[in-house]
Amino acid sequence: MAKRIGMEVSIAASEAVKLADVDLIAAYPITPQTHIVEHLAEVVADGELDAAFVPVESEHSAMSCCIGSSAAGARTFTASSSQGLALMHEMLFIAPAMRLPIVMVVANRALSGPISIWNDHSDIMAEQDIAWIQTFAENGQEVFDLVLHAFRVAEDSKVLLPMIVNMDGFTLSHVIEPIEILDKAEVDKYLPPYKPKVRLDPRKPVSMGLVGVPEIYTEAKKATNEALINSKKVVVKAWKEFGDLFGRYYNPVESYKTEGAEVILITMGSISETAMTAIDKMREKGLPVGLVRFRLWKPFPATEFKKAIAGAQTLAVVDRALSPGGACGPVAEEIKAALYAERGRPKVFNFIAGLGGRDVTVENFEEIVSRAFTYAKKRPKQLYEMIGVREI
Amino acid sequence: MIKEFENFKGFSAKKLPLAEPIASGHRACQGCGEVLALRLAMKAIGMNSIVVSATGCMEIITSTFPHTAWNVPWIHVAFENAAAVASGVEAALKVLMRKGKIPQKHIDVVAIGGDGATADIGLQALSGAMERGHDFVYICLDNEAYMNTGVQRSSSTPYGAMTTTSPPGKKSFGQATKKKNVPAIAVAHNIPYVATASPAYFLDLMNKAKKAALVKGPAYLHIYSSCPTGWRHGGDLAIEISKLAVETNVFPLYEVIEGNYIINRKITKPKPVAEYLKKQGRFRHLTDDIIAEIQRQVDEEYDKLLKLAGETA
Repeated sequence: MAKRIGMEVSIAASEAVKLADVDLIAAYPITPQTHIVEHLAEVVADGELDAAFVPVESEHSAMSCCIGSSAAGARTFTASSSQGLALMHEMLFIAPAMRLPIVMVVANRALSGPISIWNDHSDIMAEQDIAWIQTFAENGQEVFDLVLHAFRVAEDSKVLLPMIVNMDGFTLSHVIEPIEILDKAEVDKYLPPYKPKVRLDPRKPVSMGLVGVPEIYTEAKKATNEALINSKKVVVKAWKEFGDLFGRYYNPVESYKTEGAEVILITMGSISETAMTAIDKMREKGLPVGLVRFRLWKPFPATEFKKAIAGAQTLAVVDRALSPGGACGPVAEEIKAALYAERGRPKVFNFIAGLGGRDVTVENFEEIVSRAFTYAKKRPKQLYEMIGVREI
Repeated sequence: MIKEFENFKGFSAKKLPLAEPIASGHRACQGCGEVLALRLAMKAIGMNSIVVSATGCMEIITSTFPHTAWNVPWIHVAFENAAAVASGVEAALKVLMRKGKIPQKHIDVVAIGGDGATADIGLQALSGAMERGHDFVYICLDNEAYMNTGVQRSSSTPYGAMTTTSPPGKKSFGQATKKKNVPAIAVAHNIPYVATASPAYFLDLMNKAKKAALVKGPAYLHIYSSCPTGWRHGGDLAIEISKLAVETNVFPLYEVIEGNYIINRKITKPKPVAEYLKKQGRFRHLTDDIIAEIQRQVDEEYDKLLKLAGETA
């Protein structure tokens, strides 16, 4: 039976990996991801998990090693952050092209420079086009659940794509939360053993990673993209089954108090819980505000999103990454593109907040909502604005 | 003596393995010494293997979709990471066998890369994989420049050689640096087997490839691979030039077994280096003083090797 225990969220992530009975973990240390792989090294050392722990010499090699391992047919896991994820960048595109269901937890952290170990989403937003399925967790329980969900979805024969579970560095990775840890029998009911369709095997030789000449490159890219788009069905189905088994239901897009909301806040990740507190406070004052947050980020759940915001006149999109020189933050950009062709689309205002570990407070959300109400009446001059900037 | 070598008597010209892990009909240039070296090495290693290829000539000539020249499982991921991908394959096979998910039968994992993929961009991945002790063979097919991208210099390009990024000119005599000694770097990782080989001495090459596969733990093979296109020599000269490289001590053949150097072909009366240089367009611009300097460097390096092997000239 599942047990509810106080546990650091990173440890919960690695407990989920252990329960998934992974075959290989390749990892390189980077803050704030380290606790995940440290714990995995421990459970391998103690014989609690029969897996290869490959302590590679860089993140580039971590992902390369994962690609080799997954191609050989092993259930494969890694975790990274920030500079480490950026160093993997080149390899990240190749894993989905080879249809390798690697699972990675990213403890989101700001990118240098200046160097910062603290949380924002600039690391993962630099990896928007890698064709991995991506989810965002809001709390420790979600991290645990989403890691199991990731193996289930990635390895589904209809999907066969790598998957990232994003969790905010420190604000999630390093906090202790009450988390319900499933037992092995429960996990086994949900997650069948990985049976690769194709693997590197001398008994049945295949060639992987061939040269894509102009006559085939476009088709190859289209095939991977279609697999990514179609993965949403499996993502949703696997969440439904998870809910039916364990009572916790998840959706690509989640709504909070959106009934009759004129302004809807849009968030992703752990700040959503603070945003909910802010919504409660504002609702008490009688303000018609609600919250919509993304749990599934890629493939972008446009249909679910449009449904969730239906009726709202104004959206206040909070981005935790800057897109320098661009029109707005990456989340707002995606939303604007998805809504542009819609009749009676809402006005979209974009706020960049919480960069490099700066807290996003209840007051910040109140300020964002108040500005959104103002801008709805009088269009702002700027395309987006940064919240909580210290001015001289 | 390494235990795994005890039952290996060596190949003979009359009894070469029939296995062809690489099929003919690939797209290599006429007279390519590199693909010949690779074919011989893979013949020796055999069909029960998985090959990881770095980006480079051998990758593109064997794998243009929808064709493949590979009769054994083969994977190419990128330029700098063949050793890291091979570590993943090797570690995965080991754990899958332990967990009973695949049959318990040894599979040789072979990573291949050119000199750029080995001595330059992939050196870190190679070092990591050797240090971690993965049971795999790394083969560097050294054609002494980035040939696939159009003959640019690498750290393995020899002193004086002309490449497109080390061109001779009024203020340049070509490559102004000495060739990086990657076998010595491999030896410094305390791995059980390191060897140099040349397709001109094909039985020696095949025996070394087999030994590299037999030994437990990392093995590093550095194979001389002539390139008619980049070195500017006739397509019929691959073997002749490869032979001269050994006979002049430009490319000595040796093994390092558990740290002990053994010179396999001791050249007592080496031919002058000039004989080797004059056959190749990449050295055509060299003046006598640079040729003399190359001779001095070759002699010096060979002396060092003799000392390491505990031998005298």
